[in-house]
Amino acid sequence: MKRKRIAILAASAVLIMGGIAYAADHMDAPAVKGQTDDITDLYVFEGKNTDNLVFVANSQGLLAPSATAAASFDPTVLIQFKIDNNGDNVEDLVIQAIYKDGVINFFGLSKPSLLGTRTKIEEGNFLGSVPVTPYGAHSPIVTTGAYGIKFFAGPRDDPFFFDLDQFHKIIGGMATSFNNPGTDTFAGTNVLSVVVEVPKSLLHAEKGKINVWLTTSLQESGNAK
Amino acid sequence: MKALLRNCLLGLMAMAAFGACQKHNHLPVSPYFDEEDQMGRPAVNTVFISAADKENFNQTPPTMMPAAFAAEMKGNMLALNPGYTTNLLGLTADQFIGVLSTDVLNASTTGKTTFYDGTNVLTGRALSDDVIDVELTLIFGGPNGTANPGLTSDHVNANDVPFSTEFPYLAGPH
Repeated sequence: MKRKRIAILAASAVLIMGGIAYAADHMDAPAVKGQTDDITDLYVFEGKNTDNLVFVANSQGLLAPSATAAASFDPTVLIQFKIDNNGDNVEDLVIQAIYKDGVINFFGLSKPSLLGTRTKIEEGNFLGSVPVTPYGAHSPIVTTGAYGIKFFAGPRDDPFFFDLDQFHKIIGGMATSFNNPGTDTFAGTNVLSVVVEVPKSLLHAEKGKINVWLTTSLQESGNAK
Repeated sequence: MKALLRNCLLGLMAMAAFGACQKHNHLPVSPYFDEEDQMGRPAVNTVFISAADKENFNQTPPTMMPAAFAAEMKGNMLALNPGYTTNLLGLTADQFIGVLSTDVLNASTTGKTTFYDGTNVLTGRALSDDVIDVELTLIFGGPNGTANPGLTSDHVNANDVPFSTEFPYLAGPH
């Protein structure tokens, strides 16, 4: 069922010390490295309107500007924010995003019908959709869906910053400390972002906090019933 | 002539049947999706999980992570810093790994959202949070955050371009 994986990105090929490598989550594992389902980062923070929480899912990292126009979301990859609102680290709510024909459709903010690593789209709980902002667009395309939820999807600057090259040198025994100033390995690179801003009241946090994890899942290849 | 016509008809019928058969072989698209990548806090899989277990970690529900990976994560942390005692948060290696091994991002719905700002700990992750310096300090910095000063900051303290104050907050692409 698993697709054959071809690592496309030519990253520094120093794989070192039990896999101490890479970055926030960029290219963290061989099967997702350079693939459309490779998560780079998850952010959760209070919105400009402090009644809201913002969820950011970044994927397909280290895109050079010259490669960004061709980068695309994948209709067979389901992106999900999984949210625990009562402190047991089991998903109580999901926000799902999936690409189709130039648009990202969003579902959920409901108890998922399946828990864990095998998932279905919560089609009965459609939240809204947003056209993917094309590379080179003057301004981001933003839409508002059910319950006032805001959506964005498209290429953005990678907000992550880290002197990853120097870290590799330290781990590889070629340096003993970071440089000052350091060099941001992610400067000038892009990611594909999905950004959702949700009224906090919809999250039903029992103790004033939630636990969130971001997942990407591949559609199974067909003969399942 | 008649025979030819019949053969043609048979051929057409066979083609039609074959076509139908082919159509039949186009199985319905599965409604199921299987998890491939996963992330809670930044750099946990990349720093603390051994190469052979990275896929496995990505496909393990958070509730099952501590039993499966805490020992390995502790070993890798102590390989990075054999002199680890406690960190700036006062956590022993077991306590620190106890927090990290359930890889979810905690976020407050009632207060400031930050990975760590000196006061608030793990109440979210803002775009401008220097999460790498926080993690380096907690791994290498000892109880006061001052040990191994060459390893507690990468001296990249902000993004290369400013963020927006308006949704979607991230800067436009390069």
